[in-house]
Amino acid sequence: MSFISELQKVLRENIRDYGMFIALFVIMAFFTAMTDGIFISSRNISNLLNQTGYIAVLGVGMMLIIVIRHIDLSVGFLSGFLGALAAIALETWGLSVYIVLPMILLLGTLAGAATGTLVAVVGIPAFVASLAGFLIYRGAILVALQKTGTIIITDETFNAIGNGYIPDIPGLDTFLPGVHKLTILLGIVAVVLYVMSEIKNRNNKKAYNFEVLSMNIFVLKLVFVAGLIGSVTWILAGFRGLSWTVVLVIIVVSIYHFVTTQTVLGRHIYAVGGNPEAAELSGISVRNTTYAVFCSMGMLSGLSGIMFASRLQSATMTAGTLFELDAIAAAFVGGASATGGVGKVTGALVGALVMTSLTSGMNLMSIDISYQYMVRGVVLAAAVIFDVATRGKA
Amino acid sequence: MDIEMNTPILEMKGITKEFPGVKALDNVTFQVAKGEIRFLVGENGAGKSTLMKVLSGVYPHGQYTGDILINGEVQKFGTIRDSERMGVAIIYQELALFPELTIYENIFMGHEISNASRVDWNETIKQANKMLKRVRLNVNPEAKIRSLGVGKQQLVEIAKTLSKDVKLLILDEPTAALNEDDVENLFVLLRELKAQGVTCIMISHKLKEVTELADSVTVLRDGQTICTLDAKKGEVTEDALIKNMVGREIEDIHPKRDHQRSEETVLEVKNLNAYDPKLNRDILKDMNFNLKKGEIIGFAGLMGSGRTELALSIFGNTPGYRLSGDILLHGEKKNFNHPKDAIDAGIAYVTEDRKGNGLVLDQTIKENTTLANLHDISNRYVIDENIEIKVANEYKDAMNTKAPSIMQKVVNLSGGNQQKVSLAKWLFVKPDVLILDEPTRGIDVGAKFEIYTIMNQLVEQGMSIIMLSSELSEVLGMSDRVYVVSQGKITGELPVEEATQENIMVLATQE
Repeated sequence: MSFISELQKVLRENIRDYGMFIALFVIMAFFTAMTDGIFISSRNISNLLNQTGYIAVLGVGMMLIIVIRHIDLSVGFLSGFLGALAAIALETWGLSVYIVLPMILLLGTLAGAATGTLVAVVGIPAFVASLAGFLIYRGAILVALQKTGTIIITDETFNAIGNGYIPDIPGLDTFLPGVHKLTILLGIVAVVLYVMSEIKNRNNKKAYNFEVLSMNIFVLKLVFVAGLIGSVTWILAGFRGLSWTVVLVIIVVSIYHFVTTQTVLGRHIYAVGGNPEAAELSGISVRNTTYAVFCSMGMLSGLSGIMFASRLQSATMTAGTLFELDAIAAAFVGGASATGGVGKVTGALVGALVMTSLTSGMNLMSIDISYQYMVRGVVLAAAVIFDVATRGKA
Repeated sequence: MDIEMNTPILEMKGITKEFPGVKALDNVTFQVAKGEIRFLVGENGAGKSTLMKVLSGVYPHGQYTGDILINGEVQKFGTIRDSERMGVAIIYQELALFPELTIYENIFMGHEISNASRVDWNETIKQANKMLKRVRLNVNPEAKIRSLGVGKQQLVEIAKTLSKDVKLLILDEPTAALNEDDVENLFVLLRELKAQGVTCIMISHKLKEVTELADSVTVLRDGQTICTLDAKKGEVTEDALIKNMVGREIEDIHPKRDHQRSEETVLEVKNLNAYDPKLNRDILKDMNFNLKKGEIIGFAGLMGSGRTELALSIFGNTPGYRLSGDILLHGEKKNFNHPKDAIDAGIAYVTEDRKGNGLVLDQTIKENTTLANLHDISNRYVIDENIEIKVANEYKDAMNTKAPSIMQKVVNLSGGNQQKVSLAKWLFVKPDVLILDEPTRGIDVGAKFEIYTIMNQLVEQGMSIIMLSSELSEVLGMSDRVYVVSQGKITGELPVEEATQENIMVLATQE
């Protein structure tokens, strides 16, 4: 098979997996062209990634919710409420940040468990159960902040989560000034690890006689992805390096990627989403799996709340507004299927990047907010149309 | 044997209908006279329902060959509406009513009485009352369908067809869900309609009813009309019906095996009763059976006789029936609350509906093979993919599943290969008791033979198999003992040497 025809075949067969990357690439190229390169500047990309953080973690949780054929509308205001609670705990109660962080994650998990109980045990449709949560947490934010109004957070450790950057290697100030050396180093490590794992993976597959990409296409893929990691690293290193937000997102996505692809729980989630009756008859507890996914969603809402409050260095009454819709959009743009059973957590990350890129790019182009909403709506619809149109082809 | 009465109201000539790979109807020809009650009988898969779908326009003209004549005129129905216009109405076993709407809304659903575009509800209720009187149903037309029992709902369905001025009424197993009183009411009504000149075609498995009500009976077998029997000539007897229904040569596609006579009882079920709260009736009544080690027992019966319900009751009771009675595994009383409990105890259940609740179609052969036993391929909840690949390949080879690799999605496999994946999944849990529900439904002869061979190997290795099957030849060819189920009851137990198609059919149509 010739190189071009194999490339076409690979793209066609994996269009569901690659579609969102292509979309992201096109959107970024478009905005770069329209803003004379400001969009792709180090400062803007760094800022963009930090803005994506709190939506990305929600998107990861929402992806799994959608995989098991449910929805969770409560996560936005839950995130806002938990952020407010974190601010109160730090500022009013004077608790240490090391107590506040696990406490908020735990409370988030409990809130998720509450929704999960309604959905999995009582059997209420998730739309209704989480809409109830939506209203309750909205009210709870107002109750929490009505006396004080916006709470300014002064804890530096807490604020670093949303605004801080990893430190650089000390003592190398003269070498490559203005470039973040540790970021470069981590980028190189990431590329090396990626290339090694891909080669190992390919050899494994060959050993089992599975179909593998031809050497040319394989190398092309390696160069492409390595180039992508490399350029992102280079762009970030040109500003202040990796932010803690990005580090946090990478950790969350890595853990969830591992759980969904390598563990028994992951298998259960996709089986329940793919065919709940078959899963139940295979000895999988659909109830417990549903419960676990909602608990995880609650915990990630807590994390999202922490990240957002930290980024603003304050807790506000409007925190969390429309987060749930951004998360749902991120999941669908990232390849979730409306019929369940399909969707990767890495997809949710890409989906979140697409949504924030749109916002960021349109802001740079000074497009009015009213049109921004419309464009994001069109992109969401396009993503779902794409899902329906390509279903069964991958 | 034709029943001639001037021009027959209905004549079907040389009807042939093919689905990919199967000839469901093969040159079916018969006539029905006006005002007659005609029954269609035959085994599952004989083509009765397909024939009625051709007649009512569900399969439009052009999708079948042959001619449909009503009052001597050739009809080319494109839709159900076309056939309704000619006075043909069909009532399916699954009633097509809207439970949350009122009786009068249901009766006139789709042909509302309207003045310009506005529905005339007063006239609707008046007309509905008239229709209800005709079917002798004494209820308030403003009641919701939900509040009626199945028998009364059926009468509403009939009222609905009467409101469309029906001349040829088709009823598909109308009595399957009715109790005796309701059946009696229905029969009285059908005789009245007959007197009013309505012709009736009924599909039924209950031969006693057939002999009681039929003017004539057409027997179908393997998509062909075998004969039409006339009641006035005394031809409609249960014996004659059964003889004509089953008289098929058993093809010898069942690999031979010595019948096992182990005395060790693996599974015993005592006085099992099940009540379905959703249907609001008993679905299993006082069932008793046992399974010896290394044995295949066949559960024969017609569709809807309660075999799948029995399997699900034993296998963790996923439908949530209210059960009573004892399930003993290796002599120990068991109470399975979830399929997981049953699997852990050594029971596996291969479903009859592999696409609906057997396989996760979007996933690969590999993932489906290991789904019910992830424990054995994982280390502290982390899956060891190398072991998984090894296992999946072993089972793919053992089952001779035809696919390029275990990374193939099962949605892309043929029915036979999907069934092999389904079977592989359950063999990988290494059960003592394997329940196979319609193990060869919808798969080709080659794959059937392979599955039978695998079953024989399994029992030789000491596994015990419960096979639920509507195919008599399969029951006779594979079982050591045969239980016959009818209407949620076990109506007979036969050693396979004594079982014949005839005596199984007698038991399967018993009430």
